[in-house]
Amino acid sequence: MRRREFLTLSAASVGGVLVYSLDRRVSRLSAQAGQSLRIPLRFFSQSEALIVAAAASRIFPSDEAGPGAREAGVVVYIDRQLAGPWGRDGHRYTQEPFEENAPAEFGYQGKATPQQTYRQGLKDLAGFDRLEPAEQDQKLKNIETTLFFSLLRQNTIEGMFSDPIHGGNADMVGWQLIGFPGPRMSNYDDVDKHFGEAFRPKPVSLREASGRKVRPSEEVE
Amino acid sequence: MKTLPPVDVVIVGGGWTGLLMAKELGTRTSLSIVVLERGQPRQTDDYGGDMDELDYAVRLHMMQNASQETVTLRHNPGERALPLRQFGGFLPGAGIGGAGEHWNGVFPRMLPDCFTPLSSTVEKYGASKLPEDHSIQDWGITYDELEPYYTRAERLLGISGKAGNLRGKLMEGGNIFEGWRSTEYPTPPTKIPYFSALFRDAAKSLGYHPYPTPAATISQTYTNPDGVARPGCTYCGFCERFGCMIAAKAQPTNTLLPVIQKRKNVSIRAGAQVRRIVRDIDRSKGKVRGVNYIDASGQEFFQPAELIFLASWTLNNTRLLLLSKIGEPYDPATNQGTVGRNLTHQVNFPAATAFFDQPLNRFMGSGASGITVSDFNGDVFDHSGVPFLRGGNFFALSSGNRPIANFGTLPPSVHANWGSEWKKNALHYYDRTGRITFEAEHLAYKSNYTDLDPTYKDHWGDPLLRLTLDWRENERKTAEFGTVKGVEIARAMGAKEITPFSGLQSYDATRYQSTHIQGGTIMGTTPERSVLNPYLQHWQVSNLFVLGASSFPQNSASNPTPTILAQTYRTADTIVDRYLKNPAPLA
Repeated sequence: MRRREFLTLSAASVGGVLVYSLDRRVSRLSAQAGQSLRIPLRFFSQSEALIVAAAASRIFPSDEAGPGAREAGVVVYIDRQLAGPWGRDGHRYTQEPFEENAPAEFGYQGKATPQQTYRQGLKDLAGFDRLEPAEQDQKLKNIETTLFFSLLRQNTIEGMFSDPIHGGNADMVGWQLIGFPGPRMSNYDDVDKHFGEAFRPKPVSLREASGRKVRPSEEVE
Repeated sequence: MKTLPPVDVVIVGGGWTGLLMAKELGTRTSLSIVVLERGQPRQTDDYGGDMDELDYAVRLHMMQNASQETVTLRHNPGERALPLRQFGGFLPGAGIGGAGEHWNGVFPRMLPDCFTPLSSTVEKYGASKLPEDHSIQDWGITYDELEPYYTRAERLLGISGKAGNLRGKLMEGGNIFEGWRSTEYPTPPTKIPYFSALFRDAAKSLGYHPYPTPAATISQTYTNPDGVARPGCTYCGFCERFGCMIAAKAQPTNTLLPVIQKRKNVSIRAGAQVRRIVRDIDRSKGKVRGVNYIDASGQEFFQPAELIFLASWTLNNTRLLLLSKIGEPYDPATNQGTVGRNLTHQVNFPAATAFFDQPLNRFMGSGASGITVSDFNGDVFDHSGVPFLRGGNFFALSSGNRPIANFGTLPPSVHANWGSEWKKNALHYYDRTGRITFEAEHLAYKSNYTDLDPTYKDHWGDPLLRLTLDWRENERKTAEFGTVKGVEIARAMGAKEITPFSGLQSYDATRYQSTHIQGGTIMGTTPERSVLNPYLQHWQVSNLFVLGASSFPQNSASNPTPTILAQTYRTADTIVDRYLKNPAPLA
């Protein structure tokens, strides 16, 4: 068994209020000044998690346009996905022979699982989290065309906008940013109104909307 | 292998066609019927917690598990095929209800001349207009014969819409180009959200004839002729890739299952993977005698039956016939054989991605709430001056706005792909972007077909199905035409920037187009050129029927579900009225 790893974040590094759902239960953790958060990791080592958190934060930064990957807890989301069936290629056809250089229209044909692609990609980014933002951006530019970067970018978007049951989109911060109300049960009275003006109902999570304890697939399989 | 007690009827596949046949034969006869479905059991109640984009729309929770079985693809017979390691371009369903659970519910009939594409084209334009290498043929059935069954299918599902041709009388506001209809739709059109309303007004200003998209996401409470009641849609925006939590979207589980579950003569076995249809030992009889299947625990069974229906979706219908060595496999080199011929995949693409100044509130809607323009469908416009045959429909649907899928769709003026500049623009455009899609016919060609792959196997060791498929000039020219027209409409809608479709290159298995793959076990007028007769009965094996879009000789621009349901009704009637009295070839 692997040694239990934690991601330790200082309140200063995350700022403001953080809400994560941790370890198969919903918890609200508020980072107070001077305190730190210890988040149990399922796939990453702590040093890997710090690199992923830093890189996701350059892809989807926290800036004047609003919160980003850091506040949403994108690294927690990615850690859980990689530890779950998706990270192990549980639903991908993996019979040989592999044709690594196939044209793009055949989809990804390589042998490496997402877990393996991340492990290798993170090796090449050793020390990334300690660089200045401009240096980090240059590093990411250098790997922009790699499979690892495209997974990281896609997973960052997923971690921003998937339901909070998956570990990201903390406090529905991603949905609030774009005005998406989540699984809102009825728009019957509004669907043919509000023409030309923003209609932004308060977001609800799947657990709130359905009144059920929905288990995400990474917890079931 | 354990032999089970014989039954009268085995139906392979528990989706729209399999369960409709089970309902028809189960309620109108006392035959003992077993439905074998390889996926999981399901019921309407399962959908209370499925509005999760990640698990359902990204990780494809309701689809066939590609790790166990997929298909291989190559663009022409000279290439080595590669497996589709993840589904992308089309999404085969699995589990009770099949793809009918996670569809959008767009429900158009085919045009009358879609059933006679060869003779209609030759009559009007001459044989020289037909493309090289084509394999176009007539279906052996007419729209007039099918019309009553379309009506029954619409009543079964409670389709919402507005007629455009009521017994020959053209109706303002409906689709005036459609074939004649005996009756109005069972329920009025859905509500029309903002983006679709913009499209309607723009299309009208250009002189086109927009109409509300016929929808299985129904506009109001409806009770069908079987007594099954469903509520009206609440426009939550979770249709495509999801099951409906309130049963407003018609699905096999909320429309057919409630009737079937009351019948003691019908049983459904989920988790039953059918691997072979078994021929009668005396081959001269032209009969099958049952099926072999394996259950989830790995135990193998032989289920004997008098009458067998294949209803396991287009590609698996073809694969099961090939694996079972029933009929002659198609050979494109000699143009001999029939099983696997005329593989088609509807041409479907965003003609114009339009970016607006104002927000669109696109999270509200349903899979089929929107507007269609059919002025360029089929042969409703003259093709003498254009370099292609047939055509397609424009859609502006308001089917929700899944953020993982749609965040980051940006106009041509923005180049950033990550970082602050990208984020700022992506936040701005997320709810200011809409797509006008064009859904067009795919002609049949001699070298687009399916057979068994020589290399790759499924989880149980059987060869995967191999698709040999690519676009031709006709599809590329149709797409260019549709793109120009789509961009014109987007401009008239007031879009500030527009991304036109980049054009059809090689067939791309990663871009979702539709799940409207057709052909492989096609119907027709002669056994030399088709697998099935016009009643969907196998030409050589009289107690085997094949249901679904594998029977379509040609891919029309219409979504296939109305036609597969209408054909299934017609076959059910023929079986009850004729076949059961005399189980012999019907044609």
